[in-house]
Amino acid sequence: MASITINGTAREVAADPSTPLLWVLRDVVGLTGTKFGCGIAQCGACTVHLDGQPVRSCATPLSAVGTKKVTTVEGLSPDSTHALQQAWVEGQVPQCGYCQSGQLMSAAALLDRNANPSDADIDAAMQGNICRCGTYQRIRTAIHRAAEMKRATA
Amino acid sequence: MKHFITKRSESSGVSRRDFVRVSLVLGGGLMVSVYGCGPNGEEPMVNATTADGALAPNAFVRIDTSGNVVITSKHLEMGQGSYTGLATIVADELDADWSKVTVEGAGADDKKYGNASIGGLQGTGGSSAIANSWTQHRKAGATARAMLLAAAADMWKLPVSELSTEPGAVVHKATNRRATYGTLVTAAAALKVPADVPLKDPKDFRYIGKDKKTTPRVDAVAKSNGTATFTQDVKLPGMLTALVAHPPLYGARVKSFDATAAKAIPGVVDVVQIPTGVAVLAQHFWAAKLGRDALQVVWDETGANTLGTTEIMAQFRAAAQKPGMGIRNDGNAETALASAATRLEATYEFPYLAHASMEPLNCVVDLKKDSAAIWNGNQFPTTDRAAVAKIFGFPAEQVTLNTVFAGGSFGRRANPKSDYVVEAATIAKAIAGRAPVKLVWTREDDTAAGYFRPAFLHRLQGGLDATGAPVAWWQRVVGQSILEGTMFASPDGKDSSSYEGASDHPYEMPHVFVDVHNEKVNVPVQWWRSVGHTHTAFAVEMFVDEMAKAAGKDPLEFRRSMLGKDPRRLAVLNLAAEKAGWGSSLPAGRARGIAVHKSFDTYVAEVAEVSLENGVPRVHKVTCAVDCGIVVNPDVVTAQMEGAIAYGLSAALFGKIDIDQGRVVSTNFDRYRVLRQREMPVVEVHIMPSTVAPTGVGEPGTPPIGPAVANALLALTGKPTRTLPFV
Repeated sequence: MASITINGTAREVAADPSTPLLWVLRDVVGLTGTKFGCGIAQCGACTVHLDGQPVRSCATPLSAVGTKKVTTVEGLSPDSTHALQQAWVEGQVPQCGYCQSGQLMSAAALLDRNANPSDADIDAAMQGNICRCGTYQRIRTAIHRAAEMKRATA
Repeated sequence: MKHFITKRSESSGVSRRDFVRVSLVLGGGLMVSVYGCGPNGEEPMVNATTADGALAPNAFVRIDTSGNVVITSKHLEMGQGSYTGLATIVADELDADWSKVTVEGAGADDKKYGNASIGGLQGTGGSSAIANSWTQHRKAGATARAMLLAAAADMWKLPVSELSTEPGAVVHKATNRRATYGTLVTAAAALKVPADVPLKDPKDFRYIGKDKKTTPRVDAVAKSNGTATFTQDVKLPGMLTALVAHPPLYGARVKSFDATAAKAIPGVVDVVQIPTGVAVLAQHFWAAKLGRDALQVVWDETGANTLGTTEIMAQFRAAAQKPGMGIRNDGNAETALASAATRLEATYEFPYLAHASMEPLNCVVDLKKDSAAIWNGNQFPTTDRAAVAKIFGFPAEQVTLNTVFAGGSFGRRANPKSDYVVEAATIAKAIAGRAPVKLVWTREDDTAAGYFRPAFLHRLQGGLDATGAPVAWWQRVVGQSILEGTMFASPDGKDSSSYEGASDHPYEMPHVFVDVHNEKVNVPVQWWRSVGHTHTAFAVEMFVDEMAKAAGKDPLEFRRSMLGKDPRRLAVLNLAAEKAGWGSSLPAGRARGIAVHKSFDTYVAEVAEVSLENGVPRVHKVTCAVDCGIVVNPDVVTAQMEGAIAYGLSAALFGKIDIDQGRVVSTNFDRYRVLRQREMPVVEVHIMPSTVAPTGVGEPGTPPIGPAVANALLALTGKPTRTLPFV
């Protein structure tokens, strides 16, 4: 039994310490917004935050979480009103949608540390997130738009 | 997919013998179904209504007493926007309030949900969702609206002609009366169904052709907060997760296995042999994964494929020297080539490609004593259901199919053998239905299973006269047939999906010859976003540029000179060229390439602006022009062009499955490189206005991008690209 904090709530989870955080979230806790795509930290579909840093949960064992706070797409906002989520809908970003939780989490970590990212900043931050539907152009636009929204309300 | 089945016109499925029924469902909802006849002209099924009226999957339109409109989509939503497009068509004719429209996936039923574009089979493919539903769904919406109008007329004792509708309500403007649809459904459901309702004049369309603010995607919010449900997310009480140890070679089988170590993993519940390998069932994924890692399997590799991609391509090269099955023979290309002032030859080679959808394949099966249920992103619902029913020994009707979102597919979930769905069913059967089973393939399982875009080789010869005008075209296509051995196979062995886009290339010249070889290789192949056009468009459009270069002509002008009888193709070509500034100057080290292709009845031209960075092509911008007939959702069309360009560019730049001595090497994204954020060009999409019926947009943006980039490289370096991928 391990105790971890997910989206602000402390949870007791019964899982072997070597279990990747991805499967703790999906199969033990029941938070399925975080997706399985490759299992080897290559596609980014499983991206969550540990103390605000984006990590690939498929390659992060439960034992590595410790007291770090886990944030998943479900914890991005209580009501889908995070600036990125608004920008995602406004820009009609998702197609199949499977990678978008990971895209959003990578983008959220970027905006937390960089209020006004350039295209190059976006490329660097988002390079680990694959989208096979090819929504990259809209992702870029939506990140700029969300940054603008956040700056306007800051 | 539509080319190999006798094509039924979109209207023949519904127009003459429409069958409209209505039921008052318990709880007071108006449900209208518009049926065509079955594929063989049989009478439509009787409408069935569920006890509570909340779910009635044999209807396209359902409106409840609160005015909520539920559209049942006969087509899978795998990213291409089918849910939004189909809802837009219905909602427009219904004058629905878009904010009250939701969409749910249909169950399996060819009679109700058959796709006229694929011979009446229920299926999503061939970029046909909107094309085959256009008239059918307009009628579905218009019929419901007519009944709501009639109900209001009865209630107000007014002639229908004085009434009109606005989103979600019937209004009588003269007296300022208004009745929402929800208040009218009970009365409307009791009325006689009008047999032939008029459809809107397109100038009155409220949603069709309007922007993303008017008809935003119905799935955008759920796909931006993690709540959209994919097969991977389905969880049933007591459900076990299954991973399967598959043979390392195509055609190998289990000889023996030792499950001792696997069963010792905490959480592993059972280990069972199935026809496709050995399944490890566990309480959750990670235990199943560890259990599979610990499993010892000895494989019988007798008769299995041991060829690698190098040997397979060598086989194709040898075949390219021998005559194949004749497909097209205008004039006498060989004679014309012999006497041509200039003669060119080129061979283009295309690798195997994986679909590599973000959601690895998976399927949930719940087997009970006399019934079963499936949860899956189904592209072929009825064939999947029939395959599962056969395994369980049930009539198909005893298998319920629940269609959820697919995390991509690009054709992969339309497997003629229902491969992964059948595998899930065999596991459920092997444990005698003791628990629901979720089969999960890892990324490696997904890629190694094959069903690739087949490798192909095109050998081309062309002839020009003394003025540089093209006189002869000779093309030999060599590769594996996708359709051979499937229900879609043609009796004469000719598989149009191998040469579609080549044998019917539009360039006018007196002598054209095309033949084809179906090579036997024991590697499973399947359609992949735009099917044969993935390679035929490259071979044709690249060779046209090679001919233009030999003729000393501008590639755009050279194409124009051969497209006089193909006005729609010429128009998109011209539009893309104009918007891209064809002929205008570019920064040093950059060049443009152009390509145009028709697939699935949609015309797309693309201009790519390319440079070389450290010897690797860098695509800066793609200007795209598309003619897909009437546009239902312009933003979805734009998104599909952007996505198809990214998908095709990913393949052209990096896509390649390597097989070494029968073993697939490129099984995950570390070895099967795909396009990422930094490689995405700016894509600008221009949609041709049109008044003809809509055609598909899911696939047609893919074929032109590879040759557009190759043609830019030809302009930049003087060297043609003869082997893909570029990198």
